[in-house]
Amino acid sequence: MYKYDEYDQAVVDARVDEFRDQVRRRLAGEITEDQFKPLRLMNGLYLQLHAYMLRVAVPYGTLDSRQMRMLAHIARTYDRGYGHFTTRQNIQYNWIKLEDAPDILAELATVEMHAIQTSGNCIRNISSDQFAGAAADEVADPRPWAELLRQWSTFHPEFSYLPRKFKIAVIAADEDRAAMRLHDIGIQLLRRDGVLGAKIFVGGGMGRTPMIAPEIKDFITADDLMSYLEACLRVYNRYGRRDNIYKARIKILIHELGADEYRRQVEEEFAQVKQLGIDPPAAELERISAMFASPPFDPAADDEVDRSDPDFAVWLDQNVRQHKQRGYAIVNISLKPVGGIPGDASAEQIDVMADLAERFSANELRVTHAQNIVLPHVRIADLKLIWDQLVEARLAEANLDLISDIIACPGLDYCSLANARSIPVAQKIAQRFADPARQRDLGELKLKISGCINACGHHHAGHIGILGVDRKGTENYQLLLGGSGAEDVSLGKITGPGFDEDGVVDAIERVTDTYIAVRQKGERFVDTYRRVGMEPFKEAIYG
Amino acid sequence: MKLITGNDLATGDVVWWTGDDWSRHVEDAKDAGEQAEAIAREQEAARRVNVPYVIEATATAEGPRPAHIKDRIRALGPTVRPDLTLKPADPTAGSWVI
Repeated sequence: MYKYDEYDQAVVDARVDEFRDQVRRRLAGEITEDQFKPLRLMNGLYLQLHAYMLRVAVPYGTLDSRQMRMLAHIARTYDRGYGHFTTRQNIQYNWIKLEDAPDILAELATVEMHAIQTSGNCIRNISSDQFAGAAADEVADPRPWAELLRQWSTFHPEFSYLPRKFKIAVIAADEDRAAMRLHDIGIQLLRRDGVLGAKIFVGGGMGRTPMIAPEIKDFITADDLMSYLEACLRVYNRYGRRDNIYKARIKILIHELGADEYRRQVEEEFAQVKQLGIDPPAAELERISAMFASPPFDPAADDEVDRSDPDFAVWLDQNVRQHKQRGYAIVNISLKPVGGIPGDASAEQIDVMADLAERFSANELRVTHAQNIVLPHVRIADLKLIWDQLVEARLAEANLDLISDIIACPGLDYCSLANARSIPVAQKIAQRFADPARQRDLGELKLKISGCINACGHHHAGHIGILGVDRKGTENYQLLLGGSGAEDVSLGKITGPGFDEDGVVDAIERVTDTYIAVRQKGERFVDTYRRVGMEPFKEAIYG
Repeated sequence: MKLITGNDLATGDVVWWTGDDWSRHVEDAKDAGEQAEAIAREQEAARRVNVPYVIEATATAEGPRPAHIKDRIRALGPTVRPDLTLKPADPTAGSWVI
């Protein structure tokens, strides 16, 4: 885990002091809401449907037990006893008081946390693979690079007022667990002839104009990576549209320029930027990398596990993944209990997860973009003990990547931008498919729900996606099929006319029934969709 | 009827204009009529409410009910957490929201 140095801590502490004064001036009437709004947003404080909402950054989704306990403490002390883990690997609190916000940020700063760059037209919190440092298939740990990007982008004077928000993901495996190509910049670390470098994709994103990022650079060596990214940002900052918020993202610029022309301009800029010497010296990269060294694994750790408890065995098969180290495993804790609110966890549950990480997972946790939690370094011999405690804390749902492991934005229950509620739809779908055997028979099926076109619930990237819209003051739900945020990235297509809340649940059941009827051996839902196309599903839905 | 709603500056609570003050309960809201926009601006300037806006609503025997679902959800709380609404003890309290 990265540990703040004196500069990091000074930056965060200074920001708390600054925001405390800004809040004081707002409450005293010295500044208006129009003046205050951009300041609070720079500190992650939104005004939502019912109250202020604070979005706390979890850099590249990595945190330790002490930080996790602080998140529980914030939930218990300043909110209403729970938090909501988001598709940006962050956490949001829905019931924050403005007058408490400076104290919350001060408490977060004591554990090296903040809410900087969780809003505004800047480079947002860097996202990454939740299995980083533990995955058997990675070529390098992406987190030192994500941390370098965090340091580079924090208060970068040139990129603090971009045309629009900017999201970067870093992965280091062929399996994409971070929806990398649906980011403004996607970085895939790889090795060529023994040299570490990266493939660069630019111009992806969801929202009202979903696009898959085209490849802009086949291979840039790690030594040149930061300069190349600086060049990518500079071209965008110079030519990205500022006159129309709906056309301001880099995906629109690249779509209009064409990938070839954008690439040409980046290469031209890169030639200039490289002279500036912004790539870090090897010693600095080594300093950062050393903080992400693997924990001391026991080479003699047992890799046998007693599967005699059938419920435990199901959870093992569904929620536990292979670790790079023999005798260890990666545990996925589902925050998707059937009938629950996707991504929500109570303060007590957050504390339980912190305790489990401290005792069993080298003190580390990860937040996933699918709104779940990961214990990355667990001895196989400890899995049963962990599962027992997860069962007790109602955190043992064995549904990872199944139809009830639904990504859902807060929707109209909380969000001032939403047009329709997402959470009740997620709950009804999960209840309809509550039978675990039925879910497992359906296999991997990623269902994602957004309550508006901004697509925080990643509906474009769902094998099945749902988009809530406002139709003359009534909630209506469009259904999409065939999306994916993984290495087989694709954008879902709308099936046809929308449905009401119950209608969309029925429609999904007709879709899954069709899948069962026409699938071939070994095909996931999305494989079958790609083979047979939309028509059989449309016929089943609209008949 | 026209209601004025906004958020309390310090706490963020949803509040409704009662004719001379602000209440957390939509049942206390009063029709602000043609003066609604002017009252909203005046109250915001006096820092008595944050980002107030005017909405359409219907008068009922139980009190005013906002016309749009978004404002009805604001009036009571999230539909998925009845324990966090303004009337957590009353299971029928939200029957008019959706």
